Amino acid sequence: MQDLASAFTTAFGLILSLDPAVLAIVALSLRVSLSALLLAALIGLPLGALLAVARFPGRGGVITLTNALMGLPPVVVGLLIYLLLSRSGPLGSFGLLFTPGAMILAQAVLITPILAALTRQVLEGMWEEYAEQLRSFGAGPWRAVPTLLWDGRFLLLTVLLAGFGRAAAEVGAVMVVGGNIEGFTRVMTTAIALETSKGDLPLALALGIVLMAIVLGVNALAQGVRSIAARWAG
Amino acid sequence: MQAPQSILPLCTEGLGFSAGGAEILSDVSLKITAGAPTLLIGANGAGKSVLLRLLHGLLKPSAGRVFWAMPTDHAARRQAMVFQRPVLLRRSVLANTLYPLMLAGVAQGERLARAEEALALVGLADRTADPARKLSVGQQQRLALARAAALQPELLFLDEPSASLDPAATRAVEEIVLTLAQRGTKIVMTTHDLAQARRLAGDMVFLHRGSVLEQAPAEAFFQQPASATARAFLRGELVW
Amino acid sequence: MMGIFRRGILPMLLAAVALPAMAQERSITVASTTSTEQSGLFGHILPIFTRETGIAVRVVALGTGQALDVGRRGDADVVFVHDRAAEERFVAEGFGGPRRHVMFNDFVITGPASDPARIAGLGDTAEALRRIAAARAPFISRGDRSGTHAAELRLWQQAGVDPATGRGQWYREVGQGMGPALNTAAAQGAYILADRGTWLSFRNRQDQRILIEGDTRLFNQYGVMLVNAQRHPHVKAADGQRFIDWLLSAAGQAAIASYRINGEQLFFPNADKAEPVS
Repeated sequence: MQDLASAFTTAFGLILSLDPAVLAIVALSLRVSLSALLLAALIGLPLGALLAVARFPGRGGVITLTNALMGLPPVVVGLLIYLLLSRSGPLGSFGLLFTPGAMILAQAVLITPILAALTRQVLEGMWEEYAEQLRSFGAGPWRAVPTLLWDGRFLLLTVLLAGFGRAAAEVGAVMVVGGNIEGFTRVMTTAIALETSKGDLPLALALGIVLMAIVLGVNALAQGVRSIAARWAG
Repeated sequence: MQAPQSILPLCTEGLGFSAGGAEILSDVSLKITAGAPTLLIGANGAGKSVLLRLLHGLLKPSAGRVFWAMPTDHAARRQAMVFQRPVLLRRSVLANTLYPLMLAGVAQGERLARAEEALALVGLADRTADPARKLSVGQQQRLALARAAALQPELLFLDEPSASLDPAATRAVEEIVLTLAQRGTKIVMTTHDLAQARRLAGDMVFLHRGSVLEQAPAEAFFQQPASATARAFLRGELVW
Repeated sequence: MMGIFRRGILPMLLAAVALPAMAQERSITVASTTSTEQSGLFGHILPIFTRETGIAVRVVALGTGQALDVGRRGDADVVFVHDRAAEERFVAEGFGGPRRHVMFNDFVITGPASDPARIAGLGDTAEALRRIAAARAPFISRGDRSGTHAAELRLWQQAGVDPATGRGQWYREVGQGMGPALNTAAAQGAYILADRGTWLSFRNRQDQRILIEGDTRLFNQYGVMLVNAQRHPHVKAADGQRFIDWLLSAAGQAAIASYRINGEQLFFPNADKAEPVS
């Protein structure tokens, strides 16, 4: 109980004092997770939309696969990226291991299946409604993809938030590929893991509270945008 | 480019359609020519909507063929369809009207003028910025008509366009349809509403249980139907 | 869809990505152990080195075994660890070297205040481990191929006890770093071998306390090696060597000696001195 109280006090202290080290970690967390979200969205959203509209042999298998990949263990993704990016690995020459770039890549790999699977679910219903009308306009499945993505934009915002939340809360993959280097690849989650290792549970919990506050803030912002825009576009 | 040749007449030959083992249409042979609106009439389940979708190319026939006066893919670009329940995009009224023009490859400079003209035609000129899905049902159907009209199709299919509308909205839809017909658009429309058919039709096609029982000029059909079933239908008896 | 990127998300993302990159121009990557990182030693000495040379040091803190693997794969420029046998193997295999002594500290055995195996104050670590095994008192092992894990296994061997017979019962391998292992020991009221540095900086002790210390067997030597640049051409050999030279220099050794927690010195510099006999 005392630890909990002290965690909240420390959390507020961290937020209010605008400690530069904490701010740098927060900024890096946002930079890594938002970049990963952009990368994953560029692939996952069109892929999910295509799965919603296209009918091809093996489609069921692909859908099952993306659904299963949603549960991809972060550490496995981390190891995979580690082996790819290691100097002894196939992509070693880029020197990305233990850099923020590697962390962005790992988080993007982790959340792309989530974005694709959720996008498919969201857009499938819309496609049922639109299919006949769009075909009447002469639009095939390929042309329907951007139409559905645009018309589903407010629903997809929720999908993006789910991806962002998963990316920002993830620790296993970024720990392995980022190395938790102070001032360079240390993000909120790896800092929390480190403070837990050091037995400073109140500080770890305080950082966790700060992370929650950030994720909450991003969600509130996005929902605000969504509700204002939805009122306009119906 | 060659001079625009007409896509009409539209003919079918032994057209049939089955789904899930049930025969919905069989042996439909029709000829639809340019001129006043052609109305497809018949009881619910007679196969009107399926026939319209076969003609428009949304369904593939199980038997027979649909012929246009030019290759089908060329003809496809010069026809449009409005559905019983309009499927509006989650965008503004104007964006809905611009969308098919963009797909049809209409030059960017021309799209806005055509969209605004079509919206004026249906009386939605002052609603261009409104979200389409916030319109009333009647307004939504008028927007669907504007969207089709902006394409300036040679032939417009209408599937029960006023089935879910109140009398005032129905009247507005009919006025738009007549205006388009007067401008030279061939209308092919289904309805189960005899009074509506009388008001609009130049040519009648009577469907019963998946077969065309009669095709005749409207006046002849209403005065002297050839089949006993059509006579019963015109008397308002339940036929199926 | 592109519209929403243009209008909303893209500017936000660009702003995030375009944040001033935190990478410094000149930097080396050092694979080291959790004990040096988590004890706070690096936080104390690295800023001094960076101020003197302009070279930033990026520390990836792992167990000694993993840190050596990172060096083997060429993913670090310098390896700074504490398991002499493993380090000598690393050098013999041609992955780096030569190995240089930097500093030492010592291990301690901590346990619950109640001390069920009655080992407190024993001068002989081997006897203490035999009593723990005989009492089947819970003992937490790192189990992660770290330097501390290797040292612990050596101590069991010297005691003539095979802890594997108690595996899953009183002998519990957690496969984690020093901190998590200490957390587990504190929660379970278990004995554990810990490096003094991590112990001193560890906050969640509950009723754990030092029961055995000062035995020469508990000596813990740290060594440093440059990764072989012939095998991995991208290794920043010059800057890496500069770091090693600084660690061994009077300035580096003084920096190490000056790191204290609550007035207590954690690491004792012994560059190129003979390792005390264990």
